[in-house]
Amino acid sequence: MVEIRDGKKVLVTPVSKEDLKDIKIGDIIWLDGDLMTCRDVAHRRLVEYGRELPYDIKDKAIFHAGPIVRKIEGTDDDYEMVSVGPTTSMRMEKFEYEFTKETGVRVIVGKGGMGPNTEKACKEFGAIHCVFPAGCAVVAATEVEYVAEHHWDELGMPETLWCCKVKEFGPLIVSIDTDGRNLFEEQKVIYNEKKEAAKQRIYPEVKFIK
Amino acid sequence: MMKETEIKKLTDMVADFVGHIGKKLPDDVVAKIEELGSKEDAALPKVLYETMTKNQSLAVELDRPSCQDTGVLQFWLKCGTNFPYINELENLLTDAVVQATFATPLRHNSVQTFDEYNTKKNVGKGTPTVWWDIVPNSDTCEIYAYMAGGGCTLPGKAMVLMPGAGYEGITDFVLDQMTSYGLNACPPLLVGVGVGTSIETAALNSKKALMRPIGSHNDNENAAKMEQLLEDGINSIGLGPQGMGGKYSVMGVNIENTARHPSTIGVAVNVGCWSHRRGHIIVDRDLNVTCDTHSTWKFEA
Repeated sequence: MVEIRDGKKVLVTPVSKEDLKDIKIGDIIWLDGDLMTCRDVAHRRLVEYGRELPYDIKDKAIFHAGPIVRKIEGTDDDYEMVSVGPTTSMRMEKFEYEFTKETGVRVIVGKGGMGPNTEKACKEFGAIHCVFPAGCAVVAATEVEYVAEHHWDELGMPETLWCCKVKEFGPLIVSIDTDGRNLFEEQKVIYNEKKEAAKQRIYPEVKFIK
Repeated sequence: MMKETEIKKLTDMVADFVGHIGKKLPDDVVAKIEELGSKEDAALPKVLYETMTKNQSLAVELDRPSCQDTGVLQFWLKCGTNFPYINELENLLTDAVVQATFATPLRHNSVQTFDEYNTKKNVGKGTPTVWWDIVPNSDTCEIYAYMAGGGCTLPGKAMVLMPGAGYEGITDFVLDQMTSYGLNACPPLLVGVGVGTSIETAALNSKKALMRPIGSHNDNENAAKMEQLLEDGINSIGLGPQGMGGKYSVMGVNIENTARHPSTIGVAVNVGCWSHRRGHIIVDRDLNVTCDTHSTWKFEA
């Protein structure tokens, strides 16, 4: 579902393919509902070893992130989110097509760009990749209402699947949309042109070996 | 004081400092982020800088690590041979990391290689990383502490160029890494470039370069000139905050260098993310401490 709140475009889980059709790269959006942290080993377990995720993320969101959590005093197994920012999404690129196909995840949140596997998945299955401003882990943690469940704890704090309920989680900058357009790849074309120009300016200045 | 009491004091001091650098950026980084943020006028980079600034105030207000990735702890020591705790230092740093891990709290970031399990204490074989520079006849110890996060560690690269490649080859090496890996490493970056003879000399130089203050320059005139050329060059690419486009790309470029074999040019790049969590303290023989990176840190035993 999509809601407009004080001018903010908020995706509310469950999110459908239809909900995402007007969302384009460069848009700034927000998220309400279910967001599960999911990174390297969880992707490998699902894609390479065929293990099913212990939490259903169909039409929901995942967050490439490994948080700092703290056990809530007086409880057996409840945790609070202390600090949770995105990790480098590119590490999950090799798994993300299969992962999206198998799980039906709708919104992938992380940091930096992803590549052709994810573009293909977003276009084919109707999903998006967004960037949460990296290094802004306390902002993100305060937008987590509570941790509802956690699984695969044996992987340690960063790799555990922390299943969060979030409220106006963002800002999320859309980096791959359902057309498969990729903000970072489009930016890279510009960056590379400028880089070549910069090199040509530097070369004549650094001829220190005479 | 009994020696045990003193060792505990030094351990507590380092643990407290480590916790502090996880929550508060050094003065030079704060100033540079503010400066770069104020120069952006497009909507997206402005929103990003606003979120970054809000995050740093929330971290202090809520007393939490500002970034969840509190890294692998790395210490570079310049330790006097007469510093009274030189023998205990390495064990004490490990104890301080464990202590800070639970007190701060820090994320558990030490995975034993080959056995592939997280120690859940933030220390493991060879971590925290400790590099020693021994200073003859001195009785003080300088400690650089650095949180080497995954994101800023990933773009790290070293190689040995043939002299024919020249400093133009170094230029290519650094700039190519910025548009491939650098943009994912949380720009604006601090770029550390190491030049030396082999990969490890270049690599260590590149890490030491990241410990230098933003805006400082290499003593060598040509190296300082190249720092400026690279800084202007990378800025002209316009990676912007988070690599999503903007007027600038970097907080600075620092080069550290050592001599080379006539047949080789060792070169390495290490980057610090915008959340560049490094600190520097100087401890004397009586455990009086001064800190020149964080005006916000005061230690009370």
